[in-house]
Amino acid sequence: MTDFIHPALLFILGALPIPFLRGSIGKAYLLLIPTLAILAVLTMEPGSYGEARFIGQEIVIAKVDKLSIVFATVFTVMALIGTVYALHLTRTGQHVAAFIYVGSALGVVFAGDYLTLYLFWEGMAFASAYLVFAQGGDKAIRAGFRYLMVHIAGGVCLLGGVVLHRLATGSSLFGPIEGEMGVAVYLILAGFILNAAVPPLNAWLTDAYPEATVTGAVFMSAFTTKTAVYVLARAFPGTELLVWLGIAMALYGVIYAVLENDCRRLLAYHIVSQVGYMVAGVGIGTEMAVNGATSHAFAHILYKALLFMGAGAVIHVTGRRKLTELGGLYKSMPLTVTLYMVGALAISAFPFFSGFVTKSMVVAAAGQDHRALVVLALTMASSGTFLHTGLKLPYYMFFGKDQGLGAREPPGNMLVAMGMAAVLCIAIGVFPRPLYAMLPYPVDFEPYTGLHITESLGVLMFTALGFVIFLRALDPENKISLDTDWFYRKGARYFMWLAERPLARYEKAVSEVSETTALPFLHGSAREGFRIDLNGVDAVVNGVARSILGGGAALRRLQTGVVTHYVLAMIAGLIAAAVVFAVAWR
Amino acid sequence: MIKRVVDFFGDEEWAKQRRRLFYLALVLIVAADFLVSREHAEYVWERLPGWSAVYGFGSCVLLIFVSKFLGHRIGLMRREDYYD
Repeated sequence: MTDFIHPALLFILGALPIPFLRGSIGKAYLLLIPTLAILAVLTMEPGSYGEARFIGQEIVIAKVDKLSIVFATVFTVMALIGTVYALHLTRTGQHVAAFIYVGSALGVVFAGDYLTLYLFWEGMAFASAYLVFAQGGDKAIRAGFRYLMVHIAGGVCLLGGVVLHRLATGSSLFGPIEGEMGVAVYLILAGFILNAAVPPLNAWLTDAYPEATVTGAVFMSAFTTKTAVYVLARAFPGTELLVWLGIAMALYGVIYAVLENDCRRLLAYHIVSQVGYMVAGVGIGTEMAVNGATSHAFAHILYKALLFMGAGAVIHVTGRRKLTELGGLYKSMPLTVTLYMVGALAISAFPFFSGFVTKSMVVAAAGQDHRALVVLALTMASSGTFLHTGLKLPYYMFFGKDQGLGAREPPGNMLVAMGMAAVLCIAIGVFPRPLYAMLPYPVDFEPYTGLHITESLGVLMFTALGFVIFLRALDPENKISLDTDWFYRKGARYFMWLAERPLARYEKAVSEVSETTALPFLHGSAREGFRIDLNGVDAVVNGVARSILGGGAALRRLQTGVVTHYVLAMIAGLIAAAVVFAVAWR
Repeated sequence: MIKRVVDFFGDEEWAKQRRRLFYLALVLIVAADFLVSREHAEYVWERLPGWSAVYGFGSCVLLIFVSKFLGHRIGLMRREDYYD
């Protein structure tokens, strides 16, 4: 244990003193914890730590290998960037929640058994829900409750699967699922893909993230879905179902993004789309595909956080979030525009940006696995990604029609955090080797080939041509679009109506009938029964009892104890028997 | 420097240069696509120079129109107070 400090412990215990620290000491402390965590991850050695038995289960608090280290590295780096971005907050609740959230995500990444995994899994749900509640206001509170309820439902699913899996296999160690896909395995998978926001279980994400606080959404965009990608990569590599779910996600996200008006909701749909690449990569399951999914998760956390930080900066400064109300900010926020565009070029996979060296690995893995349809679908999703996050969103948010908003650059700490993420997005794109070296399998992939560069640029720049030609069709509309949250938002309302109106009326009618007709009848018949019982049954029983008593007394009188009486009786009896015998025989 | 670059993309006075640069980039990309090596191309379409341009443009148009169809005709888009 001495050469291993659990980074989850650093964050969760480190969150405790936050409310008591103020001013520059507080800020220094906030930066110290993620820095220590990064060092802890960089110095850790592969192996198993904290093996024990708890309530009859074998538990492994931390299982360290290449896959967990690469996720932990980007999680801790992201925690530092997110903390810098949130440094100006004076209310400490969000810092505490964010630290517990990051700590729980790291707990999941290192969990060696399902019990540990489950506890941290639920910790993530509660801590992240706070980041929505902290926004305040009716809309955020409602969205926060929906978010929490969906995640608790997913957690219960996972727990059910874990218990059944333990009963079936006798082991609760967390690792690749082997053998038949039974109920237990499907329940675990359902719990995982809910957190990965796979349609139709995706709507919690696009419902809650736009309602979270500006700084909270940055953390949320980084951790929950990527933790889910990690557990899928750990337990379900090569599951064919995930390939198709991944493609569906990649296209689902970009189709919805066309309709979106809320800037962070648009970015949230692109999380669904990008996580689709990772889920598909895990589903393909070859070494290259899992490498691709892992490296794409790494790059995605950084550029998506950068995009959320950019949109968050605009919301922080202007107080507006709808594209129909934004525009013309490039004059007053040139730095924010530039930093946002770095994220946008990275997510769109432009050469020399991080997406180019990671997303293409997933697509290449699909090609190597002879899955032409997957290649075409994912390439189409790339076009959609650039269309929205690289063109539509910045055009309507920063350029387009000037709304005359009195904007300025956001606070310095926000710009610094965005700068950190931007530097990493470019560094990974230009020097992909250090990232490739961290991946779970040896990398045999060269992103910078002539064909790959011209192909990518062709897809992206001709998407831009489409954007320029059909610009008017993309004008945001003051509308919302229905997603699967309809079923629990409207559906629950219809269910309540059903409960309140027809069912309650039926219940009322039934109780009225019982009160006016059934109950008096029952009372009357009970009284009648009682009377019959008292006068009839009891009288008969008493009569019989009295007769038996009387008979007994009479019999007792026959017992005289005088021998001659008995002899006489016997003689009389014999005569009577002889008479009966004679008569009956004849 | 950054401000000048951003202004180039925003200000109306650069609109003409912007458009020229954009079309020049498109032409260069397609031209370069004819020159690169296609030895390791996996699929038939990858052997066709310029396919990525066609596919990118087609994808973009398809995504816009499928989404708008779903939004307007199928009724995914609703008034903002729909859930209130």
